[in-house]
Amino acid sequence: MTSTEFKNENTGLPIIVKVMGFSLSLVLVFTLVANILPQVEGQAPEEMKIDLNALTMDSYIAMGEEIFRGKGGCTVCHNNMGRAPDILAMDMSATIDERLTDANYKGGAKDLQAYLYESMVDPSLYVVAGYGKKGAEHESPMPVINKAPTDLSEVEMNAIIAFIQTKDGGEATVALPTGVVATEPKSAKADIPKPAANAEQALKKYTCTACHAILDSSAAVGPKLSDVGERLSPAQIRESILNPAAVIAAGFPPIMPANLVDTMMVNELEMIVAFLAKQKAADVMDTDSQESNLTQSGASGPVVERPTKPEQQ
Amino acid sequence: MSLFEKNMCNQMAQKALPLMGILLILFFILPEVGLSADSMVEAEATVEEAQQLKPAPKLGPDDYRQVGKTSSRSIVWFLAQMHLFLAAFVLAVPLFVTVIEWIGVKTGDERYDDMAHEFMKVSMTAYSLTALFGGFLAFALFLLYPTFMAYMMEVFGNQVLVYALLFFMESGILYIYYYSWYALRYGNRKYVHLTLGVLLNVVGASLLFVANAWATFMMAPSGVNEVGAVTGNIWEIMRGPLWNPVNLHRFVANIAFGGAVVGAYAAYKFLSARTQTERAHYDWMGYTSNFIAVLAFLPLPFAGYWLMAEVYAYSQQMGITAMGGILAWLFIVQAVLIGTILLSANYYLWSGMSRVEGSHRYKWLIKFIAFTLVVCFLIWVTPHTLILTANEIAALGGSHHKLLGPLGIMPAKNIAVNLMLIVTFLSFQLYRRSDKEITVSWAPFGNALMVAIYVVAIVNVIFAGVYYGYFTNTVYKVGSSVTQVMSTLIVIVAGITIDTLMFKGAKVLPSKWGNVSTRSQYALFALPIAFTWLMALMGYVRSSIKTHWHVYGVMKDNSVDNFIPSIGYAGNMMTIATISFVLVILFIFWVASLSNIKQIKPQTAPESL
Repeated sequence: MTSTEFKNENTGLPIIVKVMGFSLSLVLVFTLVANILPQVEGQAPEEMKIDLNALTMDSYIAMGEEIFRGKGGCTVCHNNMGRAPDILAMDMSATIDERLTDANYKGGAKDLQAYLYESMVDPSLYVVAGYGKKGAEHESPMPVINKAPTDLSEVEMNAIIAFIQTKDGGEATVALPTGVVATEPKSAKADIPKPAANAEQALKKYTCTACHAILDSSAAVGPKLSDVGERLSPAQIRESILNPAAVIAAGFPPIMPANLVDTMMVNELEMIVAFLAKQKAADVMDTDSQESNLTQSGASGPVVERPTKPEQQ
Repeated sequence: MSLFEKNMCNQMAQKALPLMGILLILFFILPEVGLSADSMVEAEATVEEAQQLKPAPKLGPDDYRQVGKTSSRSIVWFLAQMHLFLAAFVLAVPLFVTVIEWIGVKTGDERYDDMAHEFMKVSMTAYSLTALFGGFLAFALFLLYPTFMAYMMEVFGNQVLVYALLFFMESGILYIYYYSWYALRYGNRKYVHLTLGVLLNVVGASLLFVANAWATFMMAPSGVNEVGAVTGNIWEIMRGPLWNPVNLHRFVANIAFGGAVVGAYAAYKFLSARTQTERAHYDWMGYTSNFIAVLAFLPLPFAGYWLMAEVYAYSQQMGITAMGGILAWLFIVQAVLIGTILLSANYYLWSGMSRVEGSHRYKWLIKFIAFTLVVCFLIWVTPHTLILTANEIAALGGSHHKLLGPLGIMPAKNIAVNLMLIVTFLSFQLYRRSDKEITVSWAPFGNALMVAIYVVAIVNVIFAGVYYGYFTNTVYKVGSSVTQVMSTLIVIVAGITIDTLMFKGAKVLPSKWGNVSTRSQYALFALPIAFTWLMALMGYVRSSIKTHWHVYGVMKDNSVDNFIPSIGYAGNMMTIATISFVLVILFIFWVASLSNIKQIKPQTAPESL
């Protein structure tokens, strides 16, 4: 190597400016990627304050579903991804006898209620084949539900049991909790709201009429529901409520709230589905309104061909 | 060397012995004292048991403070990130500097020694800035999260003083190591200097491991009961299930990060060079830095794999939150970052081939490597779920594309990342072979063996990914990734071993240092930028998987910031930290170059009338 003078090729902007410009551009690309992805915040579970005196079995079951899907963190593993048995897709009452008589079952439960309780407070008493810890098949990776970090109360665990027992048409055998006010599950938010008495009340409670033409509303922000029974099956209506983003009708903005799955109670959902499934065009008195909606739909673009999906379990 | 310098060196050599003695005391006797103290605690266990163990406090609004309307978490986030960037850098540099210094001794080539010294010079300014940000962070934590910090102090107790003591030792040894460089340069004194380097790294690594224990305790607490009351000794508190995986991951990542940062320094100096000598020197320095960064980066995914496996073993919920929950989207950003790192590193290696005469033998392979990298990168960034309009969903028949959907899941990504690592190692191997003519008699066999290892590994990575990933259940799907990782590791270890044996007696072809494109130097800037952002991103994941807990399962975070922020918000925070770090690094480079500037003594001007 010689110490010869070297003609630096750098022309134009000073090197420091070029380096900073390059670095900044690269960083902005990374920032852009981070900002165009779906923006989701992981909220801490809400502490619930339960007025036990106002509880009905329906609202208790609904509370169980809410905890199952939210605070309990059950669906983190119990989903269709194969980490743990997909409880939402299976009928637990159909498998209980098989589990209780399995040679690997180490608990003392005699029925579904006791079994579900046991599986939450001591998950390793029975581990479904293939779902154990790696290298220790009879040890469950499931956390103990009444201890931290999940830390559910007895009232909350029983609500989950009630939900699982009833979601496939069974009877809830857990007793409704009684007492003055349970301070155990605390809350920053309001009490569990009273369930709607019928479909009409439920549609208004969840402000469906603000966007959809149904009952006395002629709103056209979302698709008209007064003839939805002709277009969609009950399963499709249920899916549209629980997962509005699955299929979005052509010409309408994707603004339907996605949190109904968390906030709507099971019996309210079923009442709405049954009510909407009966809504046929012939029943609609206001034919002018119907025509104007059809015209609007046609002008906005082709109607999405909705794929037929099987009834959800 | 003057008599004074000789005396000073002798004195320093003599003082090194007591210093080593102090270190021995620290590492071997203090823990014993700790154990003795623990034994005493055990002896008084009955008294302890009789008393109520003190649980972790339950925090309320009064346990948090705020500076104006600024989010306390954002303040701590920024300061912690800056401290970690700088700490990673200053702990990493002495690691490879000592190795380079040792290579200089073994080869007798003083250029290694000069380069090692220059690396240290860069890190010296960073050291004091690390301490400044560390102090700033500590004050912010005690001010904004007083009750949480009080609990942490109660759990870790005197261990924090050991940390402070280690910091003093690190400072002392660092200054001696740097300033005695030329005083202890030759003969046996060089070995004293090397010993100082080793001691510096032992203390530095200890600092890292002690600080890691705080972070891993918050993620997976040990040595406390279910309400957070301390039940174990300090060793039980420190050695939580995630401590060693994090130790290894950070240790290796720091080396890659440190290598990348000094690579940027070399690139900056290369671009500003005024003489061919300077250009050649900084080209060589940049090459060495890239070598260090890439070599340390290649095993990093495997250290990360071990960490995630331990996270899953500790809490499946926590693992799923990281990999399959709301944090899943950020792995698209991670793919972009690692893709940038691998493409930059490969591009730099290919550009560097132009300085070696023998590189023409391997250049034909570059297009295949580039093709593999780009295809794998595209597979890696393909999301599982697409963000679509209603019309697009209708056209697709669902939110998952029939062809691209399968590329969005982990088996496809595992194939992609392993192939990217294998071909990056191939680039690295080709570069190292470019300036050599292998002379060993078994060269044809060695080459055939190497090719066979590559072919078998690539076939295995693809087969395991496709068969177990798409045609078996989840358990086998996860298990197959171990086979893939092993294939990649075998390629790397076998490649280094076979080459080391084949290079014995090899004829070295001339290399024209400095004969490399200006554009290639920007790859050396891309590396640290992507590394810095990636470190921040992974820090966001590590901290977020605790969800709404300060200490997982033991102490809830009841502050207004007890939620996992969105990736966009987190990305903006990372960008602020990265840009700030770049500015700090440029300041460090500038300060390091100041010592080379000497003002010419001004001539006395004639007295004016």
